[in-house]
Amino acid sequence: MTATAERTTTHEIDVRGFIQANYTPYDGDATFLSGPTPRTTALWHRLTEMFVDERARGIHDVDPNTPSSITAHAPGYIDRDHEIIVGLQTDAPLKRAIMPTGGLRMVETSLATYGYQLDPSVRDIFTKYRKTHNDGVFDVYTAEILRARKAGIITGLPDAYGRGRIIGDYRRVPLYGVDRLVTAKKAERAALDESMSTEDVIRDREELAEQVRALEELRGMAASYGYDISGPARNGREAVQWLYFAYLAAVKEQNGAAMSLGRTSTFLDVYLQRDLDEGVLTEREAQELVDDLVIKLRIVRFLRTPEYDQLFSGDPTWVTESIGGMGDDGRPLVTRTSFRFLQTLYNLGPAPEPNLTVLWSPRLPEGFKRFCAKVSIDTSSIQYENDDLIRPRFSDDTAIACCVSAMKVGEQMQLFGARVNLAKALLYAINGGRDEISGVQVAPAFPPIASDHLDHEEVRAAFDRMTDWLAKTYVEALNVIHYMHDKYAYERIEMALHDHPVQRLLGCGIAGLSVVADSLSAIRYARVRVIRDDTGLAVDYLVEGDFPKYGNNDDRADAIAVELVESFMRKVRQYPAHRGAVHTQSVLTITSNVVYGKHTGNTPDGRRAGEPFAPGANPMNGRDRHGLVAAALSVAKLPYDQAQDGISLTASITPAGLGRTEDEQVTNLVGVLDAYTDAGGFHLNANVLNRETLLDAMAHPENHPQLTIRVSGYAVNFVRLTPEQQRDVINRTFHESL
Amino acid sequence: MTTGSVHSWDVATAVDGPGTRFVLFLSGCPLRCLYCHNPDTWHMRDGHRMTVDEVMVEVAKYQRFIEVAGGGLTISGGEPLLQPDFTAEVLHRAKQLGLHTALDTSGFLGARASEELLTDTDLVLLDIKSWDPVIYRHVTGGEVAPTLEFARRLSALHKPMWIRFVLVPGHTDAEDNVAGIASFVSTLDAVERVEVLPFHKLGAPKYAALGIPFPLADVPSPDTDLVRRVRDQFAGCGVPVH
Repeated sequence: MTATAERTTTHEIDVRGFIQANYTPYDGDATFLSGPTPRTTALWHRLTEMFVDERARGIHDVDPNTPSSITAHAPGYIDRDHEIIVGLQTDAPLKRAIMPTGGLRMVETSLATYGYQLDPSVRDIFTKYRKTHNDGVFDVYTAEILRARKAGIITGLPDAYGRGRIIGDYRRVPLYGVDRLVTAKKAERAALDESMSTEDVIRDREELAEQVRALEELRGMAASYGYDISGPARNGREAVQWLYFAYLAAVKEQNGAAMSLGRTSTFLDVYLQRDLDEGVLTEREAQELVDDLVIKLRIVRFLRTPEYDQLFSGDPTWVTESIGGMGDDGRPLVTRTSFRFLQTLYNLGPAPEPNLTVLWSPRLPEGFKRFCAKVSIDTSSIQYENDDLIRPRFSDDTAIACCVSAMKVGEQMQLFGARVNLAKALLYAINGGRDEISGVQVAPAFPPIASDHLDHEEVRAAFDRMTDWLAKTYVEALNVIHYMHDKYAYERIEMALHDHPVQRLLGCGIAGLSVVADSLSAIRYARVRVIRDDTGLAVDYLVEGDFPKYGNNDDRADAIAVELVESFMRKVRQYPAHRGAVHTQSVLTITSNVVYGKHTGNTPDGRRAGEPFAPGANPMNGRDRHGLVAAALSVAKLPYDQAQDGISLTASITPAGLGRTEDEQVTNLVGVLDAYTDAGGFHLNANVLNRETLLDAMAHPENHPQLTIRVSGYAVNFVRLTPEQQRDVINRTFHESL
Repeated sequence: MTTGSVHSWDVATAVDGPGTRFVLFLSGCPLRCLYCHNPDTWHMRDGHRMTVDEVMVEVAKYQRFIEVAGGGLTISGGEPLLQPDFTAEVLHRAKQLGLHTALDTSGFLGARASEELLTDTDLVLLDIKSWDPVIYRHVTGGEVAPTLEFARRLSALHKPMWIRFVLVPGHTDAEDNVAGIASFVSTLDAVERVEVLPFHKLGAPKYAALGIPFPLADVPSPDTDLVRRVRDQFAGCGVPVH
């Protein structure tokens, strides 16, 4: 690996350059792969037995006395003699840690739920001596933000938990070793001595000093497991272990909503391939290393409240790993290790984590495309994102954080902003800022719409005013949150694995897109009569006549959705973001489409109060009348440039709907993925399942412990969904054919 | 401008021909199959009038997708040969766009398919609903002879065919009945595959909505043993059986 040696003298951190100079593209098929070794199977089995009890009780165990840090817990093992890659978040598997810097109340509530009590001295520390992120936020929230938050028009805000969606470039640790990273960070810190000590510069200096400290703690944590990671990894096994230690430090320090891994498989392949070439590693051993890493990634756990778990269906960690994609030079970034990561879904069985994400391009090698499709058909555990949209806008070393959020690894981070409920905003527009359920004046009191039938122009103007207010209130809330997160719950180790200065993205989001698009279409193309209660509040709508619906590749409705995306992005951009962040937005609901729907009244498209929204950018359930392809092409019209934080489409297809034979099913799924990507579709969650399987899993969860289903940018264990969410998934359109 | 009575269209994969296809369902059918899962397509008067141009505007929206994904256009029904001029023109226009074309038919009105129509058809999905004329009449209300004659004509033209057979327990499943179709199929040229379609009741809600009794409401779907037996019977034809 000559590039490493060259780079050591350049004093530059350049993981991408290392990959490009050293990786071996693989354009073959999956026949080289190895199954699990008995050791792997035994280790995994030991854990799956523990999962049963964990599912039943909510958590397996927790340490209520030790606020977590990179070095807070003694080394832990699943089975010390039989682990190849070591390291756990605490001193035992599935034992959760407390992380009070995000917010003490969340920790206390969670502990109480599961029958534990917070150590009183910890409570003292975080009430008397040390403020939390959550405390900071509530000190400065405006009254308006509080009202909007309570009413649920702005929701899911990371104001009581870690914001997540930050990907440390964990590859830097095996490539350079901790010493070089410390040196580089110290140099960056020292360079700031040249700048005037203004608030921004002082903060940067302090953050860099913390980053150095975190790197040194990382080195210490690895040493407690008997590894010296001061220098670069020397072989495949060390590369996997060093990389995992770096990631482990992050999940020891932060309970981020999404703790994604990045884009590691092709990086690791350089080391594994060298060992294979030198004859010191066999394929079976290479696969075993990847399997062991993935076992560790599958047992990342955070202590969260049942409400949080309910919102997100189980306890997702979004250990997203981005696989594949094309390089700028036209070579696919597919290696044998890209296959090995997917192979874990066979060797260990299907699972929601790590969140395996394939960056798809029609130009990927046929063997890889076919293997991806086969894995999807067999496991429903992978998602696809459009590499041809991402690469030119970001880079060919970009990874997905969480579900659909692209960022250049090590160069960009996101300030996560959850989402606003656009459907509620439409109802507020009609009701002059009053909440349609509580009647409370949440937004400023604009004149409500008084007519019996809704007039399109009038509603559009009112919606425009309302979303102006919403965008401003939203960006203000996010600025508050991220100011306090930086101050009280700074991601030291994750940021130590970024360049300085980092580019920040403000990840805004919208929910209810299809509800609003269809509502505006109904108002425009049919007649919508308003039903008001005694207080004049519009509480229901009668639609007279038919109207075009989003999701049928019909421009009349789809153009409305496009315009909604463009206009909200435009509004958000008007307000300055924390630390100069670049505004982006997503059309993504995760599973909270159910909860948003529950808290939103009747809408002018005929949707009943409480009925779930469609997930992400999906059309409303049952309104797409021409099949999945037509729906997908509607979604593909949404402009990625105005939603660079991602546009999510979830689809369930029955196996028979893909073809009669496995070969035909694979060919057809590859064809559809190519064509959807070609059409500019950004994201596809592909579930290949029969409705009967899900019904059986609802009735007999014990028979389906690993049944995995993709929901909205991530996957869940179906049996861990609430009955309500299970019904929502089952009631969604199952395409008997694509 | 030729117009047709159209029930609906969708874009589907792997159901009516190879790959991802624009499937145009026409209204009107001369048969009344007991197991029909689309009773809403029986009458031409229930469809909506569309010109060929209007159909092609919809098709054009999917042309690129179909080209990249692999697939084509299928014209189905109802019975597309009840509207032979409209069907011929849609197939012709689809061929002009370079799309692979398929005709999904019972063959009952095969005599109405012009030579030109067949020239513009790359694949015929031919339903042979029964071999025994008595069973055929019982199941469909029509005669089997025109379908067999159409199959021989397609064979003489070397026109690729997928033969489809709906397996209904107690109605079409008799061994002799299946054997008859199987031995007939083995005399045909250019049959690419046989599809045995197990009877299902997904169409039952449509009967309820139309206020028509569903004649097979009490008939179960065939069990896996029966499906296997029938597929095995077709295996002798020398073409893949699905």
